[in-house]
Amino acid sequence: MSSIAVSTTINGDDVEYLCQADETLLDVLRNRLGLMGAKEGCGTGDCGACSTIMDGRVVCSCLVLGAEAEGRSIETIEGMANGNELHPLQSKFIEHAALQCGICTPGFLMAAKALLDVKPDPTEKDIRFWLAGNLCRCTGYDKIVRAVQDAAQEMKGARA
Amino acid sequence: MVTVTLWAGLVPLADNQKTLEVEADTIRDLLRQLTERYPGLRDPIKNEVAVVIDGVIYRDDRSRPLPDGAEVFLMRRLAGG
Amino acid sequence: MSFDATYRDKAFKSVGTRPLRPDGVDKVTGRARYGADFNMPGQLVARVLRSPHAHARIKRIDTSRAEAVRGVKAVITAADLPDLTDGDASLLAILDNCMARTKALYDGHAVAAVAAIDEKSAKQALKLIEVEYEILPHVVDVDAAARPDAPILNEAIRTSGVEPAPDTPSNVANRSEFGHGDVDAGFAQADVIVERSYRTEQTHQGYIEPHACVANCNPDGTTDLWVCTQGHFVYRQTCADLLGLEVSKLRVTSSEIGGGFGGKTHVWAEPVALALSRKAGRPVKLVMSREEVFRASGPTSATSIDVKIGAKADGTITAAEATLRYSNGPYADMWAELGAMTSFACYDLENVKTVGFEVLVNRPKVAAYRAPSAPMAAFAVESAVDELAHKIGMDAVEFRIRNAAKEGTRSSYGPVYGPIGIGPTLEAAKAHPHMSAPLGENQGRGMACGFWFNFGGQTCTDLNINADGTVTLAVGTVDVGGSRASLSLIAAEELGIDYQNVKAVVADTATLGYNDMTDGSRGTFSSSMATISAARNAIEVMRRRAALTWDIPVEDVHWEDGHAKAAGSKYDNLSPLSVKEIAAESGNSGGPIAGHSEMVADGAGVSFATHLCDVEVDPETGSTRIVRYTVIQDAGKAVHPAYVEGQYQGGAAQGIGWALNEEYIYGEDGRLQNPGFLDYRIPVCSDLPMIDTQILEIPNPNHPYGVRGVGETSIVPPLAAIANAVSNAVGVRMTHIPMSPPRILAALNADKDG
Repeated sequence: MSSIAVSTTINGDDVEYLCQADETLLDVLRNRLGLMGAKEGCGTGDCGACSTIMDGRVVCSCLVLGAEAEGRSIETIEGMANGNELHPLQSKFIEHAALQCGICTPGFLMAAKALLDVKPDPTEKDIRFWLAGNLCRCTGYDKIVRAVQDAAQEMKGARA
Repeated sequence: MVTVTLWAGLVPLADNQKTLEVEADTIRDLLRQLTERYPGLRDPIKNEVAVVIDGVIYRDDRSRPLPDGAEVFLMRRLAGG
Repeated sequence: MSFDATYRDKAFKSVGTRPLRPDGVDKVTGRARYGADFNMPGQLVARVLRSPHAHARIKRIDTSRAEAVRGVKAVITAADLPDLTDGDASLLAILDNCMARTKALYDGHAVAAVAAIDEKSAKQALKLIEVEYEILPHVVDVDAAARPDAPILNEAIRTSGVEPAPDTPSNVANRSEFGHGDVDAGFAQADVIVERSYRTEQTHQGYIEPHACVANCNPDGTTDLWVCTQGHFVYRQTCADLLGLEVSKLRVTSSEIGGGFGGKTHVWAEPVALALSRKAGRPVKLVMSREEVFRASGPTSATSIDVKIGAKADGTITAAEATLRYSNGPYADMWAELGAMTSFACYDLENVKTVGFEVLVNRPKVAAYRAPSAPMAAFAVESAVDELAHKIGMDAVEFRIRNAAKEGTRSSYGPVYGPIGIGPTLEAAKAHPHMSAPLGENQGRGMACGFWFNFGGQTCTDLNINADGTVTLAVGTVDVGGSRASLSLIAAEELGIDYQNVKAVVADTATLGYNDMTDGSRGTFSSSMATISAARNAIEVMRRRAALTWDIPVEDVHWEDGHAKAAGSKYDNLSPLSVKEIAAESGNSGGPIAGHSEMVADGAGVSFATHLCDVEVDPETGSTRIVRYTVIQDAGKAVHPAYVEGQYQGGAAQGIGWALNEEYIYGEDGRLQNPGFLDYRIPVCSDLPMIDTQILEIPNPNHPYGVRGVGETSIVPPLAAIANAVSNAVGVRMTHIPMSPPRILAALNADKDG
């Protein structure tokens, strides 16, 4: 099978790669680009551990083909912090103990970031339904929801 | 002197005694005497025994002293999650 | 050096605070490396061929066409994993489960495996492996499998634990019995008796990270295994035994672990990856798919349980009896026995009898799942206890308080309890605001108690004082949920230094002595004890160094608040030396300073919890929503309270999923029909409310800081608490878990019709 050449933007950088027609974006990120922050929990779009943001929308990168990234803008967990400055969501996840094993954390952070990008002041219900596509088996979600609420508050304060 | 109660699975290996009186100072001493008295207990004691002293389960610490008159129970080693 | 583990009351400076975890930044930036995030040069991709049949004799396997595929470097079958178990039946069962030897015993049982240069070649090769099966009758239901006419999984098995010993094969591998007193006499004294049968379906631990490993066997016999596991030392021993490797040559590194809950205490694919690497002479990476995780790893038992409890009109239980049948998968274990031991452990009973039957079925080998076997037994018993309280007309909490186990109670599993009991959690429940929160239409409140044994076990820890006075702590218990933070707190506390100056890491098997697994709620309990011991040993060294520096006898140096201090007025001119000052001089006062500890951290003590739950049941759809949930549990001493709360909340959430949704569904053909997160539905964020927690701190007398394990007990009460709440909401007693909408609707309709 011949490879497909793809030009895309990942975390603000221009990136070019070759991939197979049936290769998922998740596999491209992990296996070709070394961006292993996105995790494969299911490969069927049910767990959200591979959540990334494509043109502002949360996607399961296991359900997107690598070739579909052509001309798009992709955000992954590796681009969330600004150098050594963590995104408020990242800080609040650590502060609130919103992770135990941490395997779902990159996916939750990407999904939560996409939420706060479009809805800076979400209710608890907004958060719970927005994050319903991301599975966590350790925390019971309590501390995750609190971390997102607290990050939203802090970001609101920073804007004011 | 301590009174040792065996879990049901061990009873047939100890002449059908459910409880035994043993003069022992430590878990190691106790288990040694039990295997001497009932050789059939050797394998289970080697592989799958935990010793309960006054309600606290000891799986591995065979040097643990047995207070005189302690309530001692031989239990199966358990698995956890 | 002898170590005194006795609890001593003290004011804590670090323990009990909530600092940031040391692995936090790695985990929020995607830099933490889990099982599948590691690669080696020249690494091959492995794939496993699995039986599509629930029960079949393997008559022939031909791998020649697969071997001929370009890019395929090794194909293995059971023939490449010869039996080196030397008569050890449990080890042979592990080996047989890793790769079927003569029969495929469940849908998903591994029969062959391939290592190739890429996934495409590996998959192509799998399709070309020819397996000739003789399909045998199968049985997946626990009750059906126990019947005399059931298809037999293993012709060699005779039910043990029954007299006289049977001479015909059976799927019932073992009978176990616990209890004391005379239950018949007890029931004769009862004014009210509740007798019911209950069922629970098989669930999976549901860790989000599939099993993954990278195995590398070098030609000189040195071998590396990178793997997500709850116990890398145990994996090392098991893999060495199964493959005939020297323990010292097999180095196992535990990756960050993406959840385990008991499911990563057993080897599955690791021996297969090692055998492939050995055959191919190349590193091999094996990552299970989610479907494989469901079909071939994990699950807990499906159960069928009969309970009978009698009480006097004044609320005193006179007798209690339970018969518990637990599915084991194809290999005999002690899951029903654990259920039989734990079922009535919360109560002070004069007459009690429990009987457990281990039942073999054509389903995956059962693995431990958080307080294994206890939740199902608690569901049955706590449902019956609740019903009995209602019948007598007593409040559910009061009824339990009246019958609660306490110091001196002979437990249903045999020993007499020390100073611990369910009582404080029940009293706390009674006083909790949850109990007086208003309930709306179609809502009901339920409660239940739970018990679990906690373990200690073999533990080894190294504590190094670096030249700048910071501390590196190497532990051997895998961190599944924040234990590096807790253990750093412990080291800081004992040394009297700041938490920020301690960094805990999980050491690999080549750099630290043996450690048991992180199971049985033992990680923080046992490694904290070993850390305290190591810190005390390091303090001894620092006292000697201070004495040398001052040129005074070591007896005159004592340790206080992170400083060596010279005792007595004659040394008034000597200012105390800090860890940092002593460390700075270490190079010329005798070399590096370290404290080591190896021990058996026994004395974990048993654990109890009480849960409160409010639900709302939609009578139109049978759908249940958790409205309010409270966990009350004793932690002994909460080292890092945020992670203790996390354990309580996480266990409750898993229990909620088990109670309401999760189940393995098999077709008539014996194949698993829902091996994915879409159809095997674990709770999502929008399913749950905030989960309230109350941490009780009744010090464990057998730990210097009073710490108890906290990991498992929180999954024990939810099944029953929710069943009781549903029953109180709709007036129908639910006896079958999960209480999925169709089951609740059916129960409601049956009640209407009846």
